[in-house]
Amino acid sequence: MYAALWRFLPGGLILKLIQLTIIVVIVVLVLFEWVFPWIAQTFLSEQSTVE
Amino acid sequence: MSYPTRRSIRKRSKLMRFTGVTGEILITAGALMGLFLGWHLVWNDAIQGERQNQSAMGLAEQWEAPKAAPSDENQVPKANRPSNEEPPVTALPAQGQAFALLYVPRFGDDYVRSIAEGVDLETVLNSRTLGIGRYLESDQLGEVGNFALAGHRTTWGATFGEIGELRIGDRIYVEVPEGWHSYQFRNLEYVWATEVDVLNSFPKMKVEEPGTRVITLTSCHPRFSEAERIIAYGLYEGWFPRAGGPPSEIAELVKGDT
Repeated sequence: MYAALWRFLPGGLILKLIQLTIIVVIVVLVLFEWVFPWIAQTFLSEQSTVE
Repeated sequence: MSYPTRRSIRKRSKLMRFTGVTGEILITAGALMGLFLGWHLVWNDAIQGERQNQSAMGLAEQWEAPKAAPSDENQVPKANRPSNEEPPVTALPAQGQAFALLYVPRFGDDYVRSIAEGVDLETVLNSRTLGIGRYLESDQLGEVGNFALAGHRTTWGATFGEIGELRIGDRIYVEVPEGWHSYQFRNLEYVWATEVDVLNSFPKMKVEEPGTRVITLTSCHPRFSEAERIIAYGLYEGWFPRAGGPPSEIAELVKGDT
């Protein structure tokens, strides 16, 4: 999986590392802003009210 | 002794590739879960808390806009003392709408959060811009009775994260367009989640005439759990009309956002 990604990325070592960093940043951003809030909202029960 | 044939090499490499990919998926899943926990317990509190603060500041700025006449030409009380006026009763806002701001110096020098109508998780308590909700069954702000609020102790901005640090006499201010309500913290209480009588007009008691204004903050207890609830009560201290300026304890924060 990751080996295939490594092979797929063009360029030499430095260029590949730069591309990977960008990919990781984008993935983390998407997770933090949209995916994780949705998961927490949908699957976690966090009551702080009396009822 | 058998030599590896082309076929067996291809077969084995297929198996190895399968286990390799499976391993990578599992490692990725583990990393994602770790990332989620970090986000949920640390990162999101900081980021969302800051966002909630910013949005509350925005609301405070709007209310600041209609500047009152300079305070020397009327007999308004000193800025740091509550007036003798009856506080205004806030009209019922729409559900999920921010109608007041909470200042608790004990929660941090720059702590200000919006109070919205209702305690719905998704639209109020977990919201990026709100975070505090008023129990619909409690009394409205300014009314004689119990103004009861809910907020998260941990996660989603941890609006009431420092609730356990309150000390007797700590001020709790609630800003509305007309001015500031001031409460003094009285005590904490730990109850089961089912004890809704903390929201009574006079907390825990059934009385016809509550006689006094109370603020009640509810949050979960212990931290990172929802087994119990922590309750903080405050007694009404007084009303600061906008013309007389904000209570001196939060004056800098209020001025800072204009």
